Amino acid sequence: MVLFEDLNEMQLDALKEIGNIGAGNAATALSKMVGKRVNMEVPLVRILPLKDVPEWLGGPEKEVLGVYLSVFGALAGHILFVMTIDDALKIMRILLGDMAPSRDQILSMDELASSAMGEIGNILSSSYLSALADFTGLHLNHSVPAIAVDMAGAIVDVVLIEISQHSDYALLIETVFVEEEDRITGYFMLIPDTGSLEIILQALGVV
Amino acid sequence: MARKIAVGMAEYRVSNDPEDVLCVLGLGSCVGVCLYDPVRRIGGMAHVLLPEHLPGQSNPFKFADTAVPALLAEVEKAGASRRNILAKISGGAKMFSGADTLFDIGKRNAEAVREALKVLGIPLKGEDIGGNRGRSIFFYLEDGRLEIKILGRDVMVI
Repeated sequence: MVLFEDLNEMQLDALKEIGNIGAGNAATALSKMVGKRVNMEVPLVRILPLKDVPEWLGGPEKEVLGVYLSVFGALAGHILFVMTIDDALKIMRILLGDMAPSRDQILSMDELASSAMGEIGNILSSSYLSALADFTGLHLNHSVPAIAVDMAGAIVDVVLIEISQHSDYALLIETVFVEEEDRITGYFMLIPDTGSLEIILQALGVV
Repeated sequence: MARKIAVGMAEYRVSNDPEDVLCVLGLGSCVGVCLYDPVRRIGGMAHVLLPEHLPGQSNPFKFADTAVPALLAEVEKAGASRRNILAKISGGAKMFSGADTLFDIGKRNAEAVREALKVLGIPLKGEDIGGNRGRSIFFYLEDGRLEIKILGRDVMVI
């Protein structure tokens, strides 16, 4: 069985390439959504233990938006897309101007806030997922995205429980999107179930 | 000076220093189990992930059914007296609304913890369980109070 922590340089590069294309798709999707040009910086792609993710996001009590999807079809796994509430607020303001929900509305997840956050989360997470599908040529399905606004630790703990029989590592793609003065960081995590990383590597021809 | 001691996932901490505060920051579907001897002011906290022990797993603190007796043994080893020990529990949220039943693991975790306490005859003195919000919990060994913080709400004490 191939594990994230055992990957060689060539395999990591192939995964990074998926990360780059996914981030590019996400920037394009954001541009379309806000009707303005959104650029991105070169994404950082890392393999890290999931338990270290909350620290990476700014600490276990950091307020974040989390979008979770389970992936099935040619491979099985989990996707978690996270951004801080501050960055989600920036997107809302770009997108909705004065109509944007307030921080309090977001934290209490009222109807406007949760539908707007859900939409952003869906569009961004499916951008990365379609890069994975296109690049590997694998046919992938995913569940309806589930949204949560809460502390980073609490959001990651649920996913950790889900995957605790499979893997403790995630492929993390950190992308900074730039729109004029605003910088927005998105964290996309892919956690394949047992055996699914091999399927990805095989499809990429780097086993 | 009160000392805050974080209890990581599938870990436990025990202390006989009444100044200590045992805590979990950002608790989702996991459950924080606190055992306390109010007479000797000795306590411990376990941070459990799953309801039932899985074969081949060596860490008892990961699972509710094995974590409760293991934590009891540790607090007794630290000097707590069995007949004084009481419990408080918190966590077990369903974080992602709209997701499938897999995510109801929080509820199952809480039920498994309650059952394990019952089997051992440990009185459950307080609980704040379920809902769809994450929590940070702080267990004060000076008086056994458990403070619970939820984003955008007032701190609750049980």
